[in-house]
Amino acid sequence: MAETTYLQAITDAMREEMLRDPRVFLLGEDIGVYGGAFKVTKGLIDEFGEERVMDTPISEAAIVGVAVGAALTGMRPIAEMQFADFITSGFSQLVTNAATLHYRYGTAVPMVVRAPSGGGIHGGAFHSKNPEAWFVHQPGLKVVAPATARDAKGLLKSAVRDDNPVLFFENKYLYRRIKDEIDPGEELLVPLGRAHIARAGGDVSIITYGAMVHAAQEAADKLAAEEGVEAEIIDLRSLQPLDKEAIFAAVMRTNRVVIVHEANLTGGIGGEIAALISEHAFEALDAPIKRVAGLDTPTPYAPAMEEFWRPNAEKIAQAIREVIRF
Amino acid sequence: MQVEMIMPQMGESIVEGTIVRWRKRVGEMVQKDEMILEISTDKVDSEIPAPVSGILVEILAEEGKTVAVKSPIARIAAGETSQAGAVAPAVSPLPEPPVQAAAADFSASAAPESVIVPEPAALAGERRFLSPVVKKIAREFGLSDSELNNIRGRGENQRITKQDILEYLSRRGGDSSVEAMPPAVPVRTSTPSPAPQPAQPPSPAPAVSPAGTQPGRAPGVDHEIVPMDHVRKRIAEHMIISKQTSAHVTSVAEVDVTPLVQYREGIKRTFEAREGFPLTYTAFFIEAAARALREFPLINASLDGDKIIIKKSIHIGIAVGLEDKLIVPVIRDAGRLNLAGIARAVHDLATRARNRQLKPDEVQGGTFSITNIGTFGNLWGTPIINQPQVAILGTGAIKKRPVVVNDAIAIRSMMYLSLTYDHRLIDGLYGGRFLQMIVQLLENYKFD
Repeated sequence: MAETTYLQAITDAMREEMLRDPRVFLLGEDIGVYGGAFKVTKGLIDEFGEERVMDTPISEAAIVGVAVGAALTGMRPIAEMQFADFITSGFSQLVTNAATLHYRYGTAVPMVVRAPSGGGIHGGAFHSKNPEAWFVHQPGLKVVAPATARDAKGLLKSAVRDDNPVLFFENKYLYRRIKDEIDPGEELLVPLGRAHIARAGGDVSIITYGAMVHAAQEAADKLAAEEGVEAEIIDLRSLQPLDKEAIFAAVMRTNRVVIVHEANLTGGIGGEIAALISEHAFEALDAPIKRVAGLDTPTPYAPAMEEFWRPNAEKIAQAIREVIRF
Repeated sequence: MQVEMIMPQMGESIVEGTIVRWRKRVGEMVQKDEMILEISTDKVDSEIPAPVSGILVEILAEEGKTVAVKSPIARIAAGETSQAGAVAPAVSPLPEPPVQAAAADFSASAAPESVIVPEPAALAGERRFLSPVVKKIAREFGLSDSELNNIRGRGENQRITKQDILEYLSRRGGDSSVEAMPPAVPVRTSTPSPAPQPAQPPSPAPAVSPAGTQPGRAPGVDHEIVPMDHVRKRIAEHMIISKQTSAHVTSVAEVDVTPLVQYREGIKRTFEAREGFPLTYTAFFIEAAARALREFPLINASLDGDKIIIKKSIHIGIAVGLEDKLIVPVIRDAGRLNLAGIARAVHDLATRARNRQLKPDEVQGGTFSITNIGTFGNLWGTPIINQPQVAILGTGAIKKRPVVVNDAIAIRSMMYLSLTYDHRLIDGLYGGRFLQMIVQLLENYKFD
């Protein structure tokens, strides 16, 4: 067993998949010689050479476009966006091409786009975004957002083996903060589209993903210790496909729901989940569904302002209290 | 005339108040404007005066209790001057309806008369908000509006929570005198509650009660009220929800397991020595059920409204009874395991269930369940379906019995299988054939 950071787990996943399958290769800005802006690809160019760890120009459209083309010829590319914020420059390649090719031609498009996302690191408006909802809205893409090192590794390995384009939103805030015991010899595969219960509790269900799983844990532990409220945490892990069955089962169990995401509120995934519950599990509700999310503004740079902007344990605890009191 | 005191609103944003101290006890005389209790709210702590002169006949909110603004907190028999007088309304078959009054309406303190607002049967006529799940439960149990109005709600604005209605239903189910008991302890508390109060403290004037009935709370009653712990509450809820959700029906079949028993007796020692865990009958039952489930996909399903969800994988839950709780770990992909693999999974899950080492993932996602009723020697039963599944198999004790074989009486090892299934989805023909297939598989077990 080795204590592995969330960041190292991603590196390990790529390395293992490259060793397993010669069709897997990496491309992105500064990922080779420099080892990546966050050092996720550090050392891989030495091991695999510059044909399989390709430094590219600063053009997300080109990076995603090359990945789509390579996938069509049978390769399995993993493209890195330096920051999820800049994925917009490759947006058309993703939603117009990658997402629709299978629908139009019946072809497989086995590619992964890794996008370091999320705030809490004082990155300001250009380096803090959580743009997952845009891609969940586009049929034909899969979207995952791991919260733990184990899931980061297991989901990335599954994403590489999937025949569809998968967007992998890894959370920068978790890179070096989160560690798990991972056996280097273990073939760790976490299925896409399956949520899991990160914390058991019978009074209310917190449905969340990514960095907010940890904020929810903190809130739940505090409420359990101080107020006797036991919150269950559903870590969605995948946002597309969404594990609806796990969501409905949670509503059946606790009858009270708080949805948490770091992405800003309006048009976020929380609205979709709330609508699904209302359509399919309305009669299990004993209280209105509450959402805790980022504010509907760009992410502020100033630390105090960013903290005000971002959901945290205290805001989640407050939402739980309101739902429990109802 | 009885006057009801309510929790006053001590400011625009204040929604609840906590009773700090009652300065008067039940049965004592109070004078109008005399400070008779102290309350505490988010904004202020205050003394609250009596709205009328009379006798304090009932305290509805005990010290330490937090109640919503405008909830009743006490009753005063207005104009009464002695205890004898106070008892009087109770003997009358139709006591006057209580009149609601703000304990201290500060905005209207200049005009004390306006404090008393006659509102006969205030609660009875008013329809309270019901949440979807409460409405559903009320509908399924056929609760009338008036019955609903009698349930004490502990949610916001005295809303009935799911917990409230389930507690009411479980009380209603049994001894009707229990219904008059105050709920033992609040189930949910947002603030740490004081020490549990098992029952109302002995009252100096026990005969006085608003309904004029004899409530079952006299001192020295012959029962004890124990609050349910968390796990017990969840089990209770789960069972009630299952009974509300599914149309349970149970079929029982008899199995001649003589060859199976002989086979197991023959190999169990070598098996355990080789594998390191025992070969239990449960493993055979799971294997047979998994094979039968492949042929009967509707049993391996769940219902979502009018949609039937047929599960492709077969994950079988095994009910494991612990000292104080019941847990159902799930054997994933039981259909793909051989007998030894099933036996290993059963051993591993049951051991870890007893040591409380199961992960949350391991107790969910089952598509069918098996419960061993025979563990304690019982023959057959009517298990409750583990939602959202649609069937559960109960396995009874294996006993030697005289049975007729080819018109002769033989001694055979016999057992009963009880299959409870959801008649919404599964009819007797389909459920019966499924059960018979398990019987066939066990009676004609292919030994390797």
